[in-house]
Amino acid sequence: MIRLVATLYALRTVWALCIAFALGALLMLFSGGNPLAAYSALINGAFLDYWGISGTLVKMSPILLAGLAVILSLRGGLLNLGVEGQIYMGGLFSSIVALYVTGLPTTLHLILAILSGALAGGAWGMIAGVLKAKRGVNEVIVTLLLNFVAINLVSYFAGGPMMQDGAPYPYSEEIPEGLFLPIILPMTDAHFGVVLGLLIAILLWVLLRSSTLGFSLDLVGRNPQAARYAGVDVGRAVILTMFLSGALGGLAGSFEVLGLKHRLYHLFSAGFGFDGIVVAFMAQLNPLMSVIAAFFLSGLKSGALMMQRAIGLESTVVDAVIGIVIICVAASQAFTFKADQWRAWFARRQRLNAALAVQSQEAK
Amino acid sequence: MVVPALRLHGVGKLFGEFRALDAIEMTVAAGTIHSILGENGAGKTTLMNILYGLYQPDEGEVEVFGQTVSIPSPRAALDHGIGMIHQHFMLVDTLSVVENIILGLPGQGMRLSLDEHSSKIDALSRRYGFDVNLHAPVWTLPMGMRQRVEILKALYREARIIIFDEPTSILAPQEVDGLLRGLRRLREEGKTVVLITHKLEEVAAVADRITVMRSGRVVAEQDVAGLEKSDMARMMVGRDVALSSYDVERPDPGPVVLEARGLAARNSHGALALKAVSFELRAGEIFGIAGVDGNGQSELAEVLTGILRPEGGTLTLNGADILPMTIDQRRHDAKISSIPEDRQHTGLVLDLSVWQNAALRDFRRQPFSLRGWLKPTRMRDIAADWVKRYDVRLRSLNQAVRFLSGGNQQKLIFAREIEARPAVMVVMQPTKGVDVGAIELIQRAILKARAEGVAIVYISTELEHILAVADRVAVICGGQFTGMLPRAEATVERIGSLMAGISETPEAP
Repeated sequence: MIRLVATLYALRTVWALCIAFALGALLMLFSGGNPLAAYSALINGAFLDYWGISGTLVKMSPILLAGLAVILSLRGGLLNLGVEGQIYMGGLFSSIVALYVTGLPTTLHLILAILSGALAGGAWGMIAGVLKAKRGVNEVIVTLLLNFVAINLVSYFAGGPMMQDGAPYPYSEEIPEGLFLPIILPMTDAHFGVVLGLLIAILLWVLLRSSTLGFSLDLVGRNPQAARYAGVDVGRAVILTMFLSGALGGLAGSFEVLGLKHRLYHLFSAGFGFDGIVVAFMAQLNPLMSVIAAFFLSGLKSGALMMQRAIGLESTVVDAVIGIVIICVAASQAFTFKADQWRAWFARRQRLNAALAVQSQEAK
Repeated sequence: MVVPALRLHGVGKLFGEFRALDAIEMTVAAGTIHSILGENGAGKTTLMNILYGLYQPDEGEVEVFGQTVSIPSPRAALDHGIGMIHQHFMLVDTLSVVENIILGLPGQGMRLSLDEHSSKIDALSRRYGFDVNLHAPVWTLPMGMRQRVEILKALYREARIIIFDEPTSILAPQEVDGLLRGLRRLREEGKTVVLITHKLEEVAAVADRITVMRSGRVVAEQDVAGLEKSDMARMMVGRDVALSSYDVERPDPGPVVLEARGLAARNSHGALALKAVSFELRAGEIFGIAGVDGNGQSELAEVLTGILRPEGGTLTLNGADILPMTIDQRRHDAKISSIPEDRQHTGLVLDLSVWQNAALRDFRRQPFSLRGWLKPTRMRDIAADWVKRYDVRLRSLNQAVRFLSGGNQQKLIFAREIEARPAVMVVMQPTKGVDVGAIELIQRAILKARAEGVAIVYISTELEHILAVADRVAVICGGQFTGMLPRAEATVERIGSLMAGISETPEAP
């Protein structure tokens, strides 16, 4: 019996999704749409056809990396809300290296472009880490506010010094074609970034699970006082966590530019950094689970358009459905499974049954 | 016959199997200052929480001014005229003094008549001599003033009995005098004051009568007049001290390993908690440090293990200065092991498994890891071996340590810290909240480490446990050693008076 409850508990994200889709269906009924048609369009459009899958994978690249960035920070006991800004910084520095560094062999140039994106994101995240470690400044606020700085910096560069002559809209020159990330599904936009994201997810999982570095970050996240007593330099761990988390965000931005946009556009990220927070919670801070969570959320986002077309609903209704999904999943994380409590409840029930049995026998 | 303000008759409280209070008998005369004295964990706070309606007694009766009452909630306690000044203030920092005092006051209706209240509170504060700026926001006030706000809060609710829980623990020395004056003033005005504390000077200064508690029982109730501080200390720590309960071989200590000279350090409030502490520690020696809790013991342990930076003094290990070393270097290069005071929040990570906690000290070293990668199989094997040898009772190695009992958690920490083969061990309150069986196992483990030549600093407030294992006992009071006695001369009487701060000339080490 306990095991059954434990299994149901382990699947709580799934239950949350079912409830969310049921609530979403109600919402669509009220707005005069057919939820069945809408959901089948969503699933078809996101997961079941070639073009749909490619669209999902395109979105999955930044969403997965942003999710990993948030997971890493939370495992280290911090909350990085600045992944969006780190994406922008990563995109900016990757474009700068791609456009203005010349005379390098293509492969080396590509690696350099990617690395500088990661470093830029890492440095941007590290600002909050240093302030937290040295001055005790709340990292949530610092990272959140630095988002606006980064977004506007990119707008300035894309619309100013780096803007292409005669462009109708703030964007830079196109980067050299040799630096485009390879396409993984022919004839589509699905690029290699998602594969790299998958590899990084596995790497992060291994790192957190079996490296001393991962163990010490985990210690700091769970109990900084005990970590300090165990000899871990907590300040250094905080700075390192924020750097690595920011670097993952920077990679997301780098892959967006090198894999998909091929230019630095202003406002090039559609809130992927914030989607990362949703992914992190859906995956319960497990890097491997985050692959599934990111795939699912990307599918939801890319299928939303199909859903909208299929039933002719306002896009706001579709956004609301996605919002309901996120709220339900987040709420499901608030439940904690207390085996002892359940055991006590079952024991109480058994006592009651026993008492009833005795009573009914006496009655005879 | 005068009706007592408070009378407890056979009050008992159980937490699961643990008997926190056992047949408490106590009478507090009206208009007196009555002090409840006892070590941490003696049951003082549990008792007061019963009086304030936070806990319900499992047995016994409580009488307030002659009436048998049940106190289901703090509000009911206030209705009976019982107010409580908690150790940590219950104030809203951003509100003004007046607003804090009338917050939650019954019978206010929908209108907020601040002016009316503030003139009444002003009169009240004049009458008792508790001057406070009534319109200042609470966060701008020093701790002593905030405490006055709490007292006014209780007085404004017409409390006749006011309970103070460790009121001086967060006050600066000059504020303490002010508080003690305030307590006398309350008595003059006919209020009954119950003062929970373990600071003997305060008791000697203001209290009329004391009740001494130990392990959930009342061991004495006496008038303070004619009572020496050393008598109180002895009643607190217990008379029935069994000397030399372990018949193990005690080889003579070896050469001096650790030498501390004039160590001084500030606590987290910025007060000088450790003043010029000096000692030498030999290999294969157990150096006990006794004293009433909160007299600089934690700071001393933290300075030795590198968690706290001292203000002054030197610390050498085999002649080499170890003060600049980080915590990690002290643990591994200087080979200092430590049993922390707070095992649940410092010594362990409660949500991690037993085998992960077993590796907490040395996970970055062989054999737990190699070149930055953990070796989980080795980690489990080692943990399984320790669990067997140190008799840690558990269901599985994968179990979170949260679900182990206090004694078993402590045994796991001991296994980890002793098996690291240290040169020096700093042991802090190892037997606190641990059952008798575990205490014996822990003390035998300490004696075994001593026989293997480990130099051990054993800090505890439990005198009988120190006397059972230590070779030499120092007494710490107010951040300095008030005496240092070899084991043979360490009698309860002498240590009791040293604990009360009556200094003997420290013998030449």
